[in-house]
Amino acid sequence: MNQAVLFAVITLGVIGIASAAILFIVAQKFKVIEDPRIDEVADALPGANCGGCGYAGCRNFAEKIVSAGSLENLNCPVGGSNVMKQVAAIMGLVAEEKDPMVAVLRCNGSFAHAPKKVVYDGALNCQFANALYTGESGCPNGCLGLGDCVDSCAFDAMYIDEATGLPVIIEDKCTSCGACVKACPRHIIELRKKGPKSKRIFVCCVNTEKGAVARKNCEVACIGCGKCVKVCNFEAITMENNLAYINFEKCTLCRKCVEECPTNAIHELNFKPRAPKHPADKQEEVVA
Amino acid sequence: MQLLTISGSPHVHGDQSVKKIMWGVVVALIPAMLVSFWYFGLGALLSICVAVATCITVEYLVAKFILKQEPSISDGSAIITGILLAFNVPSNLPWWELVIGSVFAIAVVKMSFGGLGKNPFNPALAGRVFMLISFPVDMTSWPLPVQNRMVIVDALTGPTALGTLSEGIKNGETVSQLASKLPDYTHLMMGNIGGSLGEVSAIALLIGGIYMIWRKIISWHIPVSYLLTVFLFTGLLWLINPERYIDPVFHLLAGGLILGAVFMATDMVTSPMTTKGMLIFGLGCGLLTVLIRVWGSYPEGVSFAILIMNAVTPLLNKYIKPVRFGEKVKA
Amino acid sequence: MLKTFKKGGVHPHENKLSADKQVQMLPPPLKVYIPLGQSLGAPARPLVDKGAEVKTGQLIAKGESFISANVHSSVSGKVVKIDDITDTSGYRRKAVFIETAGDDWIDTIDRSQTIVRECKLSQQEIIRKINEMGIVGLGGATFPSHVKLSVPEGKKAQTLIINGVECEPYLTADHRLMLERGEEILVGITILMKALGVNKAVIGIENNKPDAIAHMQKLAADFKGIDIVALKVKYPQGAEKQLIKAVTGREVPSQKLPIEVGCVVNNVGTAFAVYEAVQKNKPLFERVVTVTGKNVASPSNFLVRIGTPVADLIEKAGGVPENTGKIISGGPMMGKALNSTEIPVVKGTSGILLFPESDSKRVKVQPCIRCAKCVSACPMGLEPYLLEREVNAALWDEAETDRVMDCMECGSCQFTCPSGRPLLDYLRLGKNKVGQIIRSRTK
Repeated sequence: MNQAVLFAVITLGVIGIASAAILFIVAQKFKVIEDPRIDEVADALPGANCGGCGYAGCRNFAEKIVSAGSLENLNCPVGGSNVMKQVAAIMGLVAEEKDPMVAVLRCNGSFAHAPKKVVYDGALNCQFANALYTGESGCPNGCLGLGDCVDSCAFDAMYIDEATGLPVIIEDKCTSCGACVKACPRHIIELRKKGPKSKRIFVCCVNTEKGAVARKNCEVACIGCGKCVKVCNFEAITMENNLAYINFEKCTLCRKCVEECPTNAIHELNFKPRAPKHPADKQEEVVA
Repeated sequence: MQLLTISGSPHVHGDQSVKKIMWGVVVALIPAMLVSFWYFGLGALLSICVAVATCITVEYLVAKFILKQEPSISDGSAIITGILLAFNVPSNLPWWELVIGSVFAIAVVKMSFGGLGKNPFNPALAGRVFMLISFPVDMTSWPLPVQNRMVIVDALTGPTALGTLSEGIKNGETVSQLASKLPDYTHLMMGNIGGSLGEVSAIALLIGGIYMIWRKIISWHIPVSYLLTVFLFTGLLWLINPERYIDPVFHLLAGGLILGAVFMATDMVTSPMTTKGMLIFGLGCGLLTVLIRVWGSYPEGVSFAILIMNAVTPLLNKYIKPVRFGEKVKA
Repeated sequence: MLKTFKKGGVHPHENKLSADKQVQMLPPPLKVYIPLGQSLGAPARPLVDKGAEVKTGQLIAKGESFISANVHSSVSGKVVKIDDITDTSGYRRKAVFIETAGDDWIDTIDRSQTIVRECKLSQQEIIRKINEMGIVGLGGATFPSHVKLSVPEGKKAQTLIINGVECEPYLTADHRLMLERGEEILVGITILMKALGVNKAVIGIENNKPDAIAHMQKLAADFKGIDIVALKVKYPQGAEKQLIKAVTGREVPSQKLPIEVGCVVNNVGTAFAVYEAVQKNKPLFERVVTVTGKNVASPSNFLVRIGTPVADLIEKAGGVPENTGKIISGGPMMGKALNSTEIPVVKGTSGILLFPESDSKRVKVQPCIRCAKCVSACPMGLEPYLLEREVNAALWDEAETDRVMDCMECGSCQFTCPSGRPLLDYLRLGKNKVGQIIRSRTK
């Protein structure tokens, strides 16, 4: 009896000591000395792993910040300046103030504006459709409406509007991570400055065809007429390849170009409705 | 003129469809079904109806209310599961047990993985094994054929051929001593034996199998390699000691082997994708079946063998690749 | 036993509606749009300006890089402009617009009907001439022929294989050409043999064209070293690698060219174009195009000038039927759906197919049931179901290891898929992406 107890104790004891020794040796051998700040920085980051910073996930980004020792060219668009301030505090650095950005869809080729010329039947994938043909409206630059951007959005900030066939960006949810910008094979989505009270003015078209050709496919296309360039007092608008582009750094949101555009291709967002030109319109609005 | 359609090539499609394949399997099951009606009568009919109805209802409800997808009952896959499940139980099984088995098969084994095409295990087999473990007595008392045509429960029961054999060997009897108790080959072929309601007639099942191969619903690889493995393995054992191990033809015809090899192992969703993988799958099924039958505690091993090989299928798909064109360059 | 390739393949309904329709020569159209890029490789550089008068057969654009082909005017008349035109995908490409006036051919072309058998030119001269005359592969890939005939250093061609398979359903252009211009094709083959320095040529013809097989066999008795091989009907037998496998039993290794196994493959249409170019000095400015479809009033084979709007051809075949839902350039397995009929016939246009509305839509997509039919249908031994998943999950490395680049887009997988999954759509996307990754690696 005693012998059995003794035997069990010894065996278990030996096994236990041996295991502990192995564990200890392995732990020593594979020990990784890590800067504790990496964990701190990673904890401060949003943890969405969206890749908006250009690195493979938040932890990878944190490692990069710690190893670089500075915040130059490193920014978490999702967290914005608050998060970057926290990170800077951990690192003992000062965060650069960055303007908040937001994704903007630069195509207004809805079913109504750019009617279908053909019907697409195939894989619901913009990249494939882009390689296959120009799109249902015939516009070679316009939105294909198959939702690669929606699929890429990790924040549920996009959906396809059934009525227009175009994606919609929910401003409040958009973190400007830029995933949709990369996902769009036609480079329609751009990150733009969110602007004061989210007011923005932009050319809602990326078509580079000649005016008449572009107009044939879509009635709200930028036809490259150059009127906006002339009317702008701040040199914020440039014209390249029959397409106007508004530089958001220079734009003062004066809205002159919006009024000037003959095809309504320039959009204003989040402005108060204009004072109506005719008193009659005002009446109606009050009624409504 | 209406708008032209744009799509990538090819612009034509073959005449195969999921619906056609599934209904083709249902058609292939008809001979065995008729045999089961003949031998087990009302009980068989009722079992099949209960199982099919449960499977369809459960699939519909799960798809609609839990997965929130459009239910696709018309593709016929739930019907096949229902029929096969009923085929795998004694015809006098209480109906509520069959309902529980069917619910398990569809809700747990099939739909919880996402529905058609996503389940790793054959739903009917998993359902059967579930019932076998839950209701071991009811699942192993088989009504005798013909005598029970108009009776549903409480009928005369007896063991299956494999059960008799396995019991006898365990009691130390030799094969020749047992021979008188075992049904002869004609009965095994026609189905005039005790057993689960769909597995009894080898001929009817083989007709279904040939029909499916002819219609290109299944390929020959799995059934042939499965049956051949069982035949060769048991043949080897038989040559070593014919008194301890019964002859290979008996193994082929008895029990659920042909039902399993033709209808269960060939289930597209849970079997490998390449021909080489299919041959290995059949081989594995065969070896496991014989191991369980000859040395296991259960007299029958088809369900377990196929379920185990189902689990191996993803590995086979990962490591067994088709021979690529231009891979083996001829000098 | 008839020869064929072993692995995979499908058998779509043949529907060769225009097989017994003689090739009809169409008069030059009122206007042509001749795209500058009609072959694989770089587009040609235009040599004419707006307002220039051109003659039929005149060189109007020069292919300047090695893989590039010359473009000739297909009509005589005046160049209206050089401007964008939509191609088969709807994207814009540069083209020369010519308004036709009369039909004045350049003098060097021998327009007589006599067949010139003898070719005195040397190997180099033949290849130069083929280059000059803008010959490209007429089977569909439009690979410049002079490139194909220039056997790379260290390799040796042993067999010339002539593709008379025409495995695409509906199309009959090659079939008719063999029946009507068999002798010219055979002379063209002897020229190609000389250019390659081989003394053996094999014409592969599928068994659904017994008249063409018999006709070519009879004619080939006169020519040394040319054999006719009847092949079992199976798609995609017209694919280069599959045809070589069927005829010689050799397999071209992955990502390699046929010359690796000593073969060069050319289409019968190309052989005919080579004959005309070398023996008659005629540049490639017209070709046989099949216009067909179940509801087309008179399915036909036309000899048409390059640059003719597709709408003109359809008009000649009885117009667009009422319920047309899809217009395809090429065959139903590999052709491209068109979004307008105002696009021109190019060197690679083998047929125009009009599908009724009922055949235009794909079948409903259902979940993959892992039936493995795509795996057994793939002639390249790939696993389309797996590649679809990998592409969907953006697993490009895995897709590359599983050889997505070996896919030749024959469409057998999607054709056979009972769930109607858009397998080839995803495979194409995968090829696109993986191709980009591979190219960026070598940079």
